[in-house]
Amino acid sequence: MKICVLMKQVPDKDAALTIDGTGLGIETNNLTFVTNESDNYALEEALLLKEAHGGEVVVCTLGEESSLQVVKDALSKGADRGLFLRDDAFNNLDILSLSKVFATALKNENFDLIFSGLQSDDEGNGQLGLLIAEHLDTSHASLVMETDMVDDSTIKVKCELESGWFQWSELDFPASLTIQSGINTPRYASLRGIMMMKKKTIDTKSAEDLEISPTPQTTTTKMYIPEKTKETMYVDGTTDEIVSKLVDIFANNIKIL
Amino acid sequence: MKILVYIQRDGDSIIRNSLEALAGAQKFAAESGGEITAVCFDQGLTNKLTDYNISEVVNVSNDVLNSYSPLHFTTAMEEVIGETSPDVVIFGHTYEVRDWVPRLSARLDAPFISDCLDADGSAELTGIRQVYQGKINTNVSANGLVLISFQSGAYRADSIESGSATTRTLDLDLSSVPTSIRPGERFKESKGGVDLTRAAIVVSVGRGIGKEENIPLIEELKDALDAELGASRPVVDYGWLPHERQVGSSGQAVTPKMYLAVGISGAIQHQVGMKGADNIVAINKDSNAPIFEISDYGVVGDLFEILPKLSQSIKDYKS
Repeated sequence: MKICVLMKQVPDKDAALTIDGTGLGIETNNLTFVTNESDNYALEEALLLKEAHGGEVVVCTLGEESSLQVVKDALSKGADRGLFLRDDAFNNLDILSLSKVFATALKNENFDLIFSGLQSDDEGNGQLGLLIAEHLDTSHASLVMETDMVDDSTIKVKCELESGWFQWSELDFPASLTIQSGINTPRYASLRGIMMMKKKTIDTKSAEDLEISPTPQTTTTKMYIPEKTKETMYVDGTTDEIVSKLVDIFANNIKIL
Repeated sequence: MKILVYIQRDGDSIIRNSLEALAGAQKFAAESGGEITAVCFDQGLTNKLTDYNISEVVNVSNDVLNSYSPLHFTTAMEEVIGETSPDVVIFGHTYEVRDWVPRLSARLDAPFISDCLDADGSAELTGIRQVYQGKINTNVSANGLVLISFQSGAYRADSIESGSATTRTLDLDLSSVPTSIRPGERFKESKGGVDLTRAAIVVSVGRGIGKEENIPLIEELKDALDAELGASRPVVDYGWLPHERQVGSSGQAVTPKMYLAVGISGAIQHQVGMKGADNIVAINKDSNAPIFEISDYGVVGDLFEILPKLSQSIKDYKS
């Protein structure tokens, strides 16, 4: 079984963000970057399936040079091989045009399964794995919270639906799954894993290698810090003062006591 | 502007997100002098739409669409779009929509601007999206056919203009759609699950509580306030509280008189589930936490110091 895991580097959730000089992006100097949270769960699920059923796990990312860390971390945890899509032509693409870059890069690999996190913590489109599914004509499922191999070409997945509903679906290979956070407990890299990582292959592909010249299909006309819509009344003082003010607010302002 | 609105079923009725999307569509139609076609995959919904200010309601008739099937939905919508030639297709951002509309986007090579807060319809439609966990907004537009979805609460379902619409049934042959995705029956996880949506007070806890052993601190406060207990996604993922207590885009959406968020940073997915509360009170040690952006009352402080005393003071006040 051949599994691809799509992973992405994003700014740390706690990072304070500012808009850059162009007004169309964020200032990236001095930002801390991490692997997108749900992508870690996608990787873990792929590693678990490989351990149970055999096969190969290939991790694929697209981004700036710093994104290579995402691939290295995944290889340290047990992924077999890396695919790094790196070209200035890939900057500032929207998700639809990006999905074509991925589809071109993945097409000849003939993966049985393509895993991705349900959503990135930066752009938050939640579309990449599903767009790729259509480009590569695979089955798909999103918000997957449990997987169960049926046979060597079929997988069952439990998905989360609206308002507390769930559903099991059966998918034929090849399949692209977007993985919900919390589906498993992502492992840490072992020292041995980190040593082994150095011997593993990372293929870097440019637009020229892929014989594509991607063009954005949407235009970002503005990026801005949203104006606060609510006036927050801050309650401060010593702990005792805060507590007594809160009780007063509960009783007299919100009137719930 | 020719606008097509997709209407999703919720049992025997229309899901609220779709009605909100329809209200949005009416706004854009007014701004641009456009007209609206609504499309539904369920005959039963058609009659519920004819009293709205819509030009036409298209009902796609095929039994295979009676329950959710992403590949059939995608092909059905592809056909409807081909037949009606809209400039923009509008969706409520539901779980189903986020599952199948990206496929439609790839198939039609039409961008899907998803999960928008609002949009400007005066020229070409410009969607306003939240990015970076709600810390930043972007305005996004596209040329040609565009698909756009709106998050829950973007427009008000009760502001839909009434009128009259003609209806039309479209028979589609979907027999050639692949069956590589075979959805099973929908089910609920726990019987008699918790319904947070009716609670007058919700006390909700996030990652800031630190560990499972600290959960009794929040339960004591919940009891003192006679409230229901809610949780953010991480708390549920860590197994500190059951899934049915989760508030947010993958949990329940609540509208209590007071929502007290303790140790919750307020990621966008959480905010979707609670920003409709009458009063939001947040306790968090990080003054930059996004939860304060939408709070009426804020306490920047240590929940471990505040909670025990607060629970006691509320009990004292009540007695």
